[in-house]
Amino acid sequence: MRKTVWSMCGMCSVRCPIRVEVENGEIKWIEGNPHLLGGALCAKGSAGPALVADDERPRQPLIRKAGRGAGQWEEVSWYAALDYIADKMKKIKEKHGAEAMMMSCRGGPFPDMFKSFLHGFGSPNFTNHDSGCGRNVHHASKSVYGLGRKGFIYDIKNAKHLVLFGRNILAALRIAEANQVMDMLENGGKLTYVDVRQSMTGIKATRFFQVRPGTDYAFLLGTIHGLIKKEAYDKEFIERYVSDFDKLVEFIEPYTPDWAAKECGVKVKGIKDFINEVAEDRPKVIFHPGWMLSRYRDSFYASRALHILNVLMGNIEVEGGQLLPKTPGDCGVKGLRTLGSMVSEKPTQERADQVGTKYTHFDKGPGLFHLFYKAMETGKPYPVKGLICYRHDPFNCFPDPQAQKRALDNCDLLVSIDTHYSEFGWYSDVILPESTYLERDSAIVAQKGNKPRFIKRNKALEPRLDTKPMWEIVKMLADRLGFGDNFPYNSIEELWKWQLEPTGVSLEDFDEKGYAELTDTPIPIDQEKLEKNIKTPSGKIEIISKVLTDAGLPSLKEYESPLKPPKGQFRLVFGRTAVHAHGHTINNPLLHELMPDNSVWINKRAASKLGIAEGDLVDVIAHDGTTGVIKAHVTDFIHAEAIYVVHGFGRQVPLQTRAYHSGMSDQKLQGGLLQDMDPAGGGLCLCESIVTVLRSSKNPKRRVEL
Amino acid sequence: MNKYMLYLDSKRCIGCHGCEVHCKTNKGLPVGPILCEISHDPLKAVRGVPRTEFRFRSCFHCEDPFCVPICPTKAMIKRDDGIVYIDQDKCVGCMACAGACPWNIPQMNPETGKAVKCDYCMDRLDIGLRPACVTKCTTHALKLVTMHEVTDSK
Ligand code: SF4
Ligand code: SF4
Ligand code: SF4
Repeated sequence: MRKTVWSMCGMCSVRCPIRVEVENGEIKWIEGNPHLLGGALCAKGSAGPALVADDERPRQPLIRKAGRGAGQWEEVSWYAALDYIADKMKKIKEKHGAEAMMMSCRGGPFPDMFKSFLHGFGSPNFTNHDSGCGRNVHHASKSVYGLGRKGFIYDIKNAKHLVLFGRNILAALRIAEANQVMDMLENGGKLTYVDVRQSMTGIKATRFFQVRPGTDYAFLLGTIHGLIKKEAYDKEFIERYVSDFDKLVEFIEPYTPDWAAKECGVKVKGIKDFINEVAEDRPKVIFHPGWMLSRYRDSFYASRALHILNVLMGNIEVEGGQLLPKTPGDCGVKGLRTLGSMVSEKPTQERADQVGTKYTHFDKGPGLFHLFYKAMETGKPYPVKGLICYRHDPFNCFPDPQAQKRALDNCDLLVSIDTHYSEFGWYSDVILPESTYLERDSAIVAQKGNKPRFIKRNKALEPRLDTKPMWEIVKMLADRLGFGDNFPYNSIEELWKWQLEPTGVSLEDFDEKGYAELTDTPIPIDQEKLEKNIKTPSGKIEIISKVLTDAGLPSLKEYESPLKPPKGQFRLVFGRTAVHAHGHTINNPLLHELMPDNSVWINKRAASKLGIAEGDLVDVIAHDGTTGVIKAHVTDFIHAEAIYVVHGFGRQVPLQTRAYHSGMSDQKLQGGLLQDMDPAGGGLCLCESIVTVLRSSKNPKRRVEL
Repeated sequence: MNKYMLYLDSKRCIGCHGCEVHCKTNKGLPVGPILCEISHDPLKAVRGVPRTEFRFRSCFHCEDPFCVPICPTKAMIKRDDGIVYIDQDKCVGCMACAGACPWNIPQMNPETGKAVKCDYCMDRLDIGLRPACVTKCTTHALKLVTMHEVTDSK
């Protein structure tokens, strides 16, 4: 008999709700939850069963038996591996204090569990990948509204105009969101796309600007100028909710649309037409504040400018604009019980990344991962000696893995917990194989929105290999370290029930649709309630942020033109495809079949000057001499100053035979950028790598066969 | 007359190649055969926006298919509703069908040593479901058209 298992996808970090049909321990069907996604799933989602079937993933716990990265592993039992880790952690605690242990994950809805684990152990040093991703956006949002980047949801479907700066929304795919975009376009909505190259999203745009790399901020300033001069902004909204608007008016004076057009290398008429359109479509215009904006030196200010444009539109808590996500509380339902509440004494030490002490303008929650490398190297503010990465591969996410390895060599314990071999895992001391998302249950999470819900992941299959789910790993480790009581469960059902206890929701409430709905009807939009939701120090939307001012940082930063790469050199930019989720999926048999490697986009004229033709192999050489070899894709539709690759390739884990050395990695060509942090936003500047491109000597000239 | 047709609303399609994997996973196919394909021409600027459109191709389920008569074991069958499919029990993997098909559509499944091709997911159709590629299309761009619908809309 076939049975339905409701669950959550785990192929990328979006975690779409799914429905799986299982018969005799085999997956017969997998689709997007029909109630939420109408069955829709992406390629990665359908390739989930291929991940389960794949043997090229860690099949049982492994402990390193030769030098780090040598790839010599001893296969051990879970007990042996966990004892080993617990023992090392105890030693680190004895010698250096609990705070010498740090832990990182990839964010998302589940960190409560790992954070509670680390806090229970006595260390404040919980972090995530976000300084190589969305920190600039998050901090920009906080500086304007006092709300983080998850403080808004975008009502794209009902918008008249969606404006995207490099946010490749149809390739860096969230299924529900992509459908909203397509619905909006079908309803006659406009899409403006600004990037250094044309992308999947851009081909659907009604307006496209190919700008010089690193000039987004100029474009945004020009747009703000145009709108203010036209008085095409919501005066009432600004009067009521915004402080220091006059400072913006004064600041923006020199940044005319004509200036912006010149700086960005686009037509003035285009910008002006765009400004007129936006002025007309107001307030149902959404300037997407960016997702992965760890890119240029001014990305934080570009994101702030995007937020400011939304404010000019007056689009907050407006249909077709930015909505405040409603919580279980808004439905009269108490929140889920958190494991964090079991930690009796929260660690009070300074964080090793000094977020909250030296850096008071950054969000203390996850801090900034890359700053821990500094602590490892200098021992300041104190030594960091142990790192556990859960579902996070810093070598794939942050620049310059070699520099990261040098820092990590100061550590006594490196642990990777993941379903696949991460590059970090390959360098670590212990690999704990987590069960794939189709073989594990996860804690219940609350999803905010206009119809808040609780949802959970249910395993569709028993683990095929000797792997374990995270909830069990954490509990077993905590038991060994003497604070197992903080995890008051022995089975996932016990954990779920414990989480649900205060809410009045029962496990049966998940059975019908795979989630528990907390309201039948959407919670209405209500702009009147905005005041109490703005969380800045002044309670106003701050053009001049008090937090930034206190940190000695400008809120309105003067524009600085980005470096123009010298002749024969390019700015290395990177992005996503709908087919892969960064480095996680490159070795998946079915996704590898679809896209086995990446190629480098290079502008046609620039390529012809270098004698590079479509399909040629080229050497991409970083300033430190690191070289990648990759096939060229010659096109008109990328700016001549940039080259572009899809991120995640060029993996170097020999046991991943499909992905091994397939394509080229961008982060390995970002030497010297590991500490190149935006001082205001905390994000790394990953598009500041200038590389040389040459036609490779590896292109065959003749064939010698015998 | 053929009863079914797959129609791609190329305005909605985002070239995510989901359908290709939906199809493979539904049929449990290994690396090798790909029964449907999304393709596009190189980008071309149209009124300032570099564009292209996506095309979807599976099997044409020809009115008068070349693949059917060529099959020595009569494994290739055209149903009354027009679906051309391969009876896996009869197929011997000689691939004569692929040679006869102008588009080389039947492919070898290396796991079974037999030919496979799009059968409009007839097992699903026959119990009232839509094909895998249609049901799970990321943006609901791919549609199953049943011919009476077309007549109705005229
Ligand atoms: S799944 Fe749908 S949107 Fe994606 S390529 Fe196929 S038809 Fe297009
Ligand atoms: S396999 Fe080729 S010849 Fe046979 S029905 Fe399909 S398209 Fe026609
Ligand atoms: S109809 Fe079925 S067999 Fe044909 S391409 Fe779609 S999923 Fe594959």
